Amino acid sequence: MFSNRLFNIVVPIVSVLLGLIVGAIIMLFFGYNPIEGYLALWNGAFGNMYFFGETIRQTIPLILTGLAVAFAFRTGLFNIGAEGQVFVGWVSAVWVGISFDLPAIIHLPLAILVAAFAGALWGFIPGFLKATRGVHEVIVTIMLNYTALYSSNYLIRNVLSEGGDRTEPIAETASLRTAWLSETFGYSQVHWGFVVAILMAVLMWFLLEKTTYGYELRAVGFNEHAANYAGISVKKSIIVSMMISGAFAGIAGAMEGLGTFRYIYTHASFTNLGFDGIAVALLGANTALGSSLAALLFGSLKVGSLRMPPLSGVPSELVEIVIAVIIFFVASSYLIRWVTLRLKKGEK
Amino acid sequence: MDNYVIEMLNIRKEFPGIVANNNINLQVKKGEIHALLGENGAGKSTLMNVLFGLYQPEKGEIKVNGKAVKITDPNVANRLGIGMVHQHFMLVDTFTVAQNIILGSEPKKNGVLVDLKKAEKEIAELSEQYGLRVDPKAKIRDISVGMQQRAEILKTLYRGSDIIILDEPTAVLTPQEIKELIGIMKSLVTEGISIILITHKLKEIMEACDRCTVIRKGEGIGTVNVNETNVDELASLMVGREINFKTEKTAAKPEDIVLSVKQLEVKDSRQALMVKGLDLDIRAGEIVGIAGVDGNGQTELIEAITGLRKTESGDVFLNNKKITGLSTRKVTELGVAHIPQDRHKFGLVLDFPIGENMVLQTYYQKPFSNNKVLSFRKIYEYAEKLIEDYDVRTPSSKTKARGLSGGNQQKAIIAREVDRSPDLLIAVQPTRGLDVGAIENIHNRLIKERDKGRAVLLVSFELDEIINVSDRIAVMFDGRIVADVKPGETNEQELGLLMAGSTKEKAGEA
Repeated sequence: MFSNRLFNIVVPIVSVLLGLIVGAIIMLFFGYNPIEGYLALWNGAFGNMYFFGETIRQTIPLILTGLAVAFAFRTGLFNIGAEGQVFVGWVSAVWVGISFDLPAIIHLPLAILVAAFAGALWGFIPGFLKATRGVHEVIVTIMLNYTALYSSNYLIRNVLSEGGDRTEPIAETASLRTAWLSETFGYSQVHWGFVVAILMAVLMWFLLEKTTYGYELRAVGFNEHAANYAGISVKKSIIVSMMISGAFAGIAGAMEGLGTFRYIYTHASFTNLGFDGIAVALLGANTALGSSLAALLFGSLKVGSLRMPPLSGVPSELVEIVIAVIIFFVASSYLIRWVTLRLKKGEK
Repeated sequence: MDNYVIEMLNIRKEFPGIVANNNINLQVKKGEIHALLGENGAGKSTLMNVLFGLYQPEKGEIKVNGKAVKITDPNVANRLGIGMVHQHFMLVDTFTVAQNIILGSEPKKNGVLVDLKKAEKEIAELSEQYGLRVDPKAKIRDISVGMQQRAEILKTLYRGSDIIILDEPTAVLTPQEIKELIGIMKSLVTEGISIILITHKLKEIMEACDRCTVIRKGEGIGTVNVNETNVDELASLMVGREINFKTEKTAAKPEDIVLSVKQLEVKDSRQALMVKGLDLDIRAGEIVGIAGVDGNGQTELIEAITGLRKTESGDVFLNNKKITGLSTRKVTELGVAHIPQDRHKFGLVLDFPIGENMVLQTYYQKPFSNNKVLSFRKIYEYAEKLIEDYDVRTPSSKTKARGLSGGNQQKAIIAREVDRSPDLLIAVQPTRGLDVGAIENIHNRLIKERDKGRAVLLVSFELDEIINVSDRIAVMFDGRIVADVKPGETNEQELGLLMAGSTKEKAGEA
């Protein structure tokens, strides 16, 4: 019999392989060479230091939004609002970045902290409504995504700039980029955010698995009646969990604001970082390590796909199909479980 | 040659690592109520799941009406006239009785539309015929558990079953409902239906059944005629040793008052007043049993004492300290332990390892955590000690609580609660769904705690248990304690009347 842990490792790997196979079949069907296509994808993601840097850059916010969704999920909550939390984090980080004149050692952490706080605040609202009024967090977080999108656009136009479509760049003291790092990675947009992302993944793992807070949050996630019976405050746990989740997503926004772009521009629609976070968490089985690896996979697929049209003629949209198929197979993992069980039976 | 409707011959069923059924024979005559008796985990459910087509046996033969058959899935079983009422009902809450019954085999009108009218009429007729008195138009969520169970029985009848398997049907019923169910089973068999009753309650077998097949640890022990046996013989057949039904205990030596409830009023979640000015005192060194029909405010009373529910008025004192309105955590820290009624819903986090469940109330205290960081080494050391001391059977302390049998889950909860050395131990239905061996163990444990000078509050719907274990019985009816009697000076009859709201004088006459 498969243990759960083994199952959580086997399913994502099988799903990824199946996704790539389906992608290859589609390429063949439309007359492309799948080996050339995937080679281009690989080279586009890891082929030289520039592409590798870009892949890391893309992976950073995905790790953080993945952690956000995974953390909430582990405590029994569905945070669809990472998208909105990214926006408020991004705006807040840029605001700190352009408004203060501080030494880097204070300025940068302050900007990240304020972004985390803004994300936590955005998570507090659905958490509070769920805990005190029983409003489902999915509804509230979806609505708050739009609120965050349009509010941040308003702030960019009217407060952070004079009617412009983007803010001025942040001060050098708040930037995550350094010349040395960019140079090392072939002048790509890579920034020190990967350190932040890894630290946050470790923090999530530690918080959830090793502390009394994590014990409480997991207990509430599995069985809130039993948690209540044991004297754990379910309401507090729900609120705290949504706030921590929101903080992770807020920091993802800060990575964009302080690292990738170093400003914020008005968005016509969502960044999709928050929604991709759901897929990352799903593929990563809601663990810190799993989400980090899943984010790396999605990051490399997204960046690598950009090199597919020039090198192999395969449209970059193919990668979207591959990602969709991977998610499909993970989501229908019970099907894989069923097949593997049947195979096991057959061996006997 | 007897006329058997069901014959299961030399059935063997293995699961990885264990033999759940080994050479078991079960022969059911037409029109009898046949009990299938065994402890939790003896293999009763496995055998019935084989008969119902959910499992395939490794060896053995099944005959229905003398013909050998292969039951590959429940649909085949249904076609052969075998119906099963599971312990946990398979009903859609928001559907009516009739909608639930026809689910999956809806009668059609004009080929596409569901003919609910016709179904409701047929179901009403069936209900009439067998004396079930179920309203086909009532929604499941609006009817009592007993009625839901009858809806399940009706479902099997509607599908044309003439062999009905009832899986521990009385576990969820009140004494009155049990009586009615036995009446229904008897009227079903007079109509030619055969019933297999899975149970470990010996009294019900004596009352209701014709014959009884006993299984112990996966082995068939044999079949006896119920009118040629008695409860003691059945119990020793089932457990394999003599069982003492009369719990041995010395007289209580009550000391200071530990729990004092004064004029307590509590509302339920629908804002109905359930506890209506209740007074109750419990002393150290005594077991007070609360007898009452489910739904007379017992749940609300216990929740109010343990801080799970807020009170409207009145007070609760623990060791002369007011604890009204304190949080559950505070109440727990002050020395109250609570064995909850529903062990799955409240007692355990089923997806946590059993070891982590052992510190559900104490995880934040030393030595289980230091500065908010859990010490898993200490937690598992402690859990393994409890598992050892309280004989919790589990593959390891890291096994998820879900993987333990019901009896062992209950033992784990009791271990956790008792080991905290509480001043007041509240046990609600502590033996629900357990077999006699486990029940004996738990009763002795409660008495041992009493003898250590703890106050024990026992809430149970089983009168035997109340009479056997309590030193004092408080009868609860309609949110109040209506009588306070000594177990030696009363009987089930009198208690039953008191529980139904009769006064002490009237009940005494009866």
